[in-house]
Amino acid sequence: MGFRRRKAEETLFKALMIGSTVIVAGSFLLIIGTIVVKGFPALDLAMITQTPKGGYYLGKEGGILNAIVGSLELAGGATLLALILSLPIVLYINVYSRRKSRLAVITRFALDVLWGIPSIVYGAFGFILMMMVGLRTSLLAGIITVALLELPIMARAMDEVVRLVPHSLRDASASLGATKLETAFHVIVRQCLPGIITAILIAFGRGIGDAASVLFTAGFSDRIPWNLFEPAATLPLAIFFQLGTPYPEVQARAYASAAILTIIILAVSLLSRWFSRKFRKNTIH
Amino acid sequence: MAKRQLKDLLSRRAMLVLTAVPGVFVFLMLFGLYGKSRSILAVRSFGELLLGSSWHPLKGEFGLYPFLIGTFWVTFAAMILAVPISLLCAIYLSEYAPRRVREIIKPVVDLLSGIPSVVFGVWGVLMIVPLVAKIAPLFGKYSSGYSVLAGAIVLAIMVFPTIIHVSLEVFASVPQSLRDASLSLGATKWETVKHVVLRKGLAGMLASVVLGFSRAFGETMAVLMVVGNIPMIPKSPFDSAYPLPALLANNYGEMMSIPLYDGALMLAALVLLLIVLIFNVIARIVLIRAERKAE
Repeated sequence: MGFRRRKAEETLFKALMIGSTVIVAGSFLLIIGTIVVKGFPALDLAMITQTPKGGYYLGKEGGILNAIVGSLELAGGATLLALILSLPIVLYINVYSRRKSRLAVITRFALDVLWGIPSIVYGAFGFILMMMVGLRTSLLAGIITVALLELPIMARAMDEVVRLVPHSLRDASASLGATKLETAFHVIVRQCLPGIITAILIAFGRGIGDAASVLFTAGFSDRIPWNLFEPAATLPLAIFFQLGTPYPEVQARAYASAAILTIIILAVSLLSRWFSRKFRKNTIH
Repeated sequence: MAKRQLKDLLSRRAMLVLTAVPGVFVFLMLFGLYGKSRSILAVRSFGELLLGSSWHPLKGEFGLYPFLIGTFWVTFAAMILAVPISLLCAIYLSEYAPRRVREIIKPVVDLLSGIPSVVFGVWGVLMIVPLVAKIAPLFGKYSSGYSVLAGAIVLAIMVFPTIIHVSLEVFASVPQSLRDASLSLGATKWETVKHVVLRKGLAGMLASVVLGFSRAFGETMAVLMVVGNIPMIPKSPFDSAYPLPALLANNYGEMMSIPLYDGALMLAALVLLLIVLIFNVIARIVLIRAERKAE
């Protein structure tokens, strides 16, 4: 093959690669751009300060404060529960079990597989759990389901950071007479704190944006939920329901609600990036 | 002293129990969904339900075939769009892109993966659905826009990050020395990529595609919003389809009021879970093997 032909092939593929990269980045900008352009004109103060009044879904006044608060409560509770479950798992497979132990390999594998299970299946499973214990659609049922959905995301993100803690640091802690528990919480958690916060934020972002899992479990209500056993509205479902109405004014509110959700998600993402950057500076190597 | 050791021992036991949760949970999900679909499996055979094409809950007919075919159609079409674009983008980011470009694009890919599926759905309704309705006549077809193609385009963008992320890790695990050896023998950069990086990373790349596929397969809200939800077997990309996850999401409300309906929907969830599990387990095993080989 002549050198010019070899070079031409290279040029062609390089062009295709750059084109593909432009498509990937471009679709992100296009989505954000569309949501901003369509959502912002319909956005007003009432939307984020009021709950739906009678006939809201027919175009009467009100807002989606119920869904904003519901989503924050639900994702907040779920993230807390997921943290309580996942931090001990991550610490156990990194501190107590030997490096590359079978338990650690199996646990990471199971977490990866769980990460791939669709959220609608979590929703169906959450629904079965609910029926088993006789719980109605409620904030609590939603929190439990979303916590299970967040668990693999949070645990894997934490694991990525915790497994990088140098062994010399653990050895130094052990040589000073610390038990493994003390090493785990005083050395490893402290060393990885920004990374752990990043993992928490990633899981929170995933939790607040998910609709399919809460569809079965959290219910929907025009009121702000004040206790765990009340049904809770969530932002993704509010968007979905508003878009499903035949009224253009209400559909415009769906765009505005999508803009609100997108802003929350982007803020959480940027915050988590900031933490992970900070993390790079603060660790002992 | 004894108190500290006791604390260590107790928390060690408690943490071990929690560590068993992820592994056990996969099986709990399978058994839970199987348990709830037994009501319908007792009166209909699995094959009849899977391959039956008539869906009339009130008449007691629960054929899942149109929904399965709908899911495969939308997912395959999405993968045809997503695979070349994601892999080319990943190769560019890993092998060619200047550092500054990489530092801009990688966070964008991460942000893209964070966008909620309902926002993808809204965007699809605003932009892709009208676009499909407009281009369908060019192919001599009528389309409302709510179609397999609209679902596929939205899904393709949703799986970009999965494929790009996993294949970037695969390419990063190819040793630099192999690239250097190829270049030193006079290969061009592209030849090195083609014969060394892609060949070494082939298994991992396939795994990334399988992971993207299973992600797309179970995606619910975004697809549900743009795909039309008509229980038919689509004949062209401009036809509507009704994927399995959408069936679940649309009907959970009434499933307790019609006999066997809940069993049929839980069976649908079980089928979804089984397919996704099989793909995921295969892909993960391939990735673990590839990682071991690289070490």
